[in-house]
Amino acid sequence: MNVGLFIPCYIDQFYPDVAIATYQLLKKLGCEVSYPMNQTCCGQPMANSGFSNLTKGCDVNFVKNFKDFDYIVAPSGSCVLHIKEHLKEGGSPAEIDKIRHHVYELSEFLVDILEVKGLKASFPHRVGMHVSCHGQRGLHLSSMSELVAPEFSKSEQLLRMVDGLELLKPVRTDECCGFGGTFCVFEEAVSVKMGKDRINEHLVNEVEFICGGDTSCLMHLEGILKREGLGVKTIHLAEILNSAL
Amino acid sequence: MSLKNHADAAQEFIRDEARTDWHDETLWFVRHKRDKAVNTLPEWEILRDWASRIKNHTLSNLDYYLRSFEEKAASNGIIVHWASDAEDHNRIIHKIIADNKIEHIVKSKSMLTEECHLNEYLQNKGIKILDTDLGEYIVQLRKEPPSHIVLPAIHLKRQDVSETFHEHLNTEKGNYDPQYLAGSARHHLRERFIESDLAITGVNFAIAESGSFVVCTNEGNADMGAHSAGIHIACMGIEKLIPKTEHLGVFLRLLARSATGQPITTYSSHFNKPRPGQQMHIVIVDNGRSRQLGRADFRNSLKCIRCAACFNTCPVYRRSGGHSYHSTVAGPIGSILNPNLDMKANSDLPFASTLCGSCSNVCPVKIDIHEQLWKWRQVIVAEGYVDKGKKAGMQGMAWVLSNPRVYRISGKIGRWVMRIFPFMVNNRLNVWYKQREMPKAPEKSFRDWFKENK
Repeated sequence: MNVGLFIPCYIDQFYPDVAIATYQLLKKLGCEVSYPMNQTCCGQPMANSGFSNLTKGCDVNFVKNFKDFDYIVAPSGSCVLHIKEHLKEGGSPAEIDKIRHHVYELSEFLVDILEVKGLKASFPHRVGMHVSCHGQRGLHLSSMSELVAPEFSKSEQLLRMVDGLELLKPVRTDECCGFGGTFCVFEEAVSVKMGKDRINEHLVNEVEFICGGDTSCLMHLEGILKREGLGVKTIHLAEILNSAL
Repeated sequence: MSLKNHADAAQEFIRDEARTDWHDETLWFVRHKRDKAVNTLPEWEILRDWASRIKNHTLSNLDYYLRSFEEKAASNGIIVHWASDAEDHNRIIHKIIADNKIEHIVKSKSMLTEECHLNEYLQNKGIKILDTDLGEYIVQLRKEPPSHIVLPAIHLKRQDVSETFHEHLNTEKGNYDPQYLAGSARHHLRERFIESDLAITGVNFAIAESGSFVVCTNEGNADMGAHSAGIHIACMGIEKLIPKTEHLGVFLRLLARSATGQPITTYSSHFNKPRPGQQMHIVIVDNGRSRQLGRADFRNSLKCIRCAACFNTCPVYRRSGGHSYHSTVAGPIGSILNPNLDMKANSDLPFASTLCGSCSNVCPVKIDIHEQLWKWRQVIVAEGYVDKGKKAGMQGMAWVLSNPRVYRISGKIGRWVMRIFPFMVNNRLNVWYKQREMPKAPEKSFRDWFKENK
């Protein structure tokens, strides 16, 4: 299985450990993983700010780097959703269509494609789950509290395979953390208030870690946790699933 | 009404953090009640789908249904007026008032008249309208616009209401008892109902096949007004139509559950024809709706039945308050309706969202609200209603991210600066840093690691 590893730009630059964990995890689960060396960004920061007319360069570069893989996997629901919904240039319609239908967020790739049934991971800690909106409501990685539908969660399914991990959910199971891309600076006051409120619900549960599938949300929460001098750490799902494998 | 943009108004709102928490929790409670109510109906998602399809069908055949409604209503003895915009709407109502030499007017349950600024229009002509729904009544006394389309005074605590009533109704100072306050308002309003000559109401659903209309209320003031006054004027947007009476069942089951978590509103009043001696008018208003109908990406925002479920679920609305949207219809739905009315004045609203998508999920008629927010952003930028600095920043970012070598070099320099000269980014010019630490800048990017360790 020929997997192209798609590492979002800010993870590449600021959170290489998340990328390393993703890479190692996929390798250990038997995938043949390549990392196309000239990848940059999916273009989402511009598009979500209203500048989708400026994303052509990113589209072209993305297609050039990823068109030949059976699967494209990224540790980010948000960037994957952007590619699925908005990739439009840089290749033939067939190439673009193939990419859009073969790009996966890590947890959905592990659950739906690799059909992982067990992991030799251990993480003996109290972990709070942060559900990121684009993965959840965009990619349907878990059920949504607004809908009348059966409950499920791909990331929880995986976390329950980890030894010693105690999973704790906030009261508002799927409220947004307030990151929202450039929203985090253009609507700074609301953004930070939303982040603080999410954190407070996790603090009530006395968690040691807040775990999520999108590093962007975690970066925002981490920034607040550190400023407020709180001991709780943020951690990406891939890092937990890869721990002590 | 505030002229500040959403972000600035929101910042001001949040300055009182305890009050923001109270506002957030109050509205979350309503969202929670909605969840409990909808989960008692296994067919909930099917109902949403039906409602969406009925509304889509109606919008696609709006000319037919409007004519059918007009014809039936007229044959029932209702006088039908057509208003192309707010000015028209106000003029028509003023003419009815003037022709009949009316002095006492009561109003209930109409956000459309708020949208058209009818109160101010008539006030400038020396005519006073009394808003009779408790929340509307409170904000009218305070000379404030409503902050929520279903709960217009939700931004006020009972202490605030007590002070307002003490000032205007001479209630006991410091008596915050909600029952006492509501009782005082009721006593005052009853007299006004009895003396009223003309009642204005909104319309929740207008039925094309019968020419009748339905008004959904909890307090019953629409009925009090319509039954005591000799003239009833009902105002409706062109999108309020449904084809048949049998479709009402779908919408009545969805509306109150979505709005407040009630199975149905206390009153669902059906108006078919004037009683003997009564005049009944309907004013059918366009005010930009047909323009929205012509925008392929935004037309289905006209499916909205004004339940405000998207307000209550919106994490941004709950923490910024209705007035920060500087529009009659606030919240996520307002942010996709208002740019159609005035794109420049409302160019900030589609950005007042994280695009979390919760609004689209609670919407009882399945409007893709968060996707339309994204699309409005594209339109607003294309039309040039964007800050020059932001535009330049985006162009720069796009150039860096389109060129792998430039991206790598910029990243390396950026991380180096953050490690060696942290004050270069950890300063007041960096909005992120105001209340958040910057991420740690590692020496190596993942790509650097990969080259060494693959």
